[in-house]
Amino acid sequence: MVVTVNGEQREVAAETVKALLDELEYEGDFLVVAVNHEVVQRRRWAERALTEGDRIEILTPRQGG
Amino acid sequence: MRLYGQDIRSRLLIGTALYPSPAVMEQALRASGAEIVTVSLRREAAGGKAGAAFWGIVSALGAKVLPNTAGCRTVRDAVTTAQMARELFGTPWIKLEVIGDDETLQPDVVGLVEAAEILIRDGFEVFPYCTDDLTVVSRLLDVGCQVVMPWAAPIGTGKGLVNPYALRTLRARFPEVPMIIDAGLGAPSHAAQALEMGFDAVLLNTAIAKAGNPVAMARAFRLAVEAGRTAYEAGLMPPRDLASPSTPVVGTPFWHAAAP
Repeated sequence: MVVTVNGEQREVAAETVKALLDELEYEGDFLVVAVNHEVVQRRRWAERALTEGDRIEILTPRQGG
Repeated sequence: MRLYGQDIRSRLLIGTALYPSPAVMEQALRASGAEIVTVSLRREAAGGKAGAAFWGIVSALGAKVLPNTAGCRTVRDAVTTAQMARELFGTPWIKLEVIGDDETLQPDVVGLVEAAEILIRDGFEVFPYCTDDLTVVSRLLDVGCQVVMPWAAPIGTGKGLVNPYALRTLRARFPEVPMIIDAGLGAPSHAAQALEMGFDAVLLNTAIAKAGNPVAMARAFRLAVEAGRTAYEAGLMPPRDLASPSTPVVGTPFWHAAAP
């Protein structure tokens, strides 16, 4: 299915947030995910299903003022 | 000073952006003595580890983290970013920015009040980056902000307190509210001026990060903030228009002596 990850359209096989992160080779403990403007808590990554057209943001700590 | 029930000793809050290197950032943060540092959230590339590397340095400092919603232009984006920050950093604190104009980075104060209300209802402790407008600050307090952060000048300009009259009015009108001057400071003297006026703290980034020697400048701001606060507590003399001699007049030699 096609979803938008950090502003880029991607064809993915993953059907959950956890599977998406694995498929795109994200790793580490310093990520936070929102699907369609809704935060998905880390403990719910494996159960949060994705659907066609979802807009996913994957963020990490960065320098800021 | 107390910010949302937490006692904070350092009155200098600093940002983590724009330093020439991570090592210089770390040294500057330490030299500043800041107990609160600001960070942001940005998109991580697939397989990227930039966030983890940065976070490793910041978390090792042991400072309290104040995440921001920098760059958000809508209430919705700011609220989601705040919620993501809470999930990631495990803090209810959020430096709330809703930008209304790209050239001046002026806060969208209407969106700011709206976003602050939503977030406070959701349990956040909001540090709103606002203008020096009295009514806007009043509305922010109405919706439950316990700290406000009026600008000195637009972000990154280094112009200092461009409207001291408005800031003095704010301070006088809400004497009990913790107020942090955020953005626009360029020199340690600007920070000292803010503290002398009775503001509780200052938040800055560019003035230190873009200095010739950021570590030395961090120390200079630390001293300026201490000087300004000490002066405020000591009580400044009121200025006056006419001169008044500091040396006693009585006993002046040749005083009133007739010309030969």
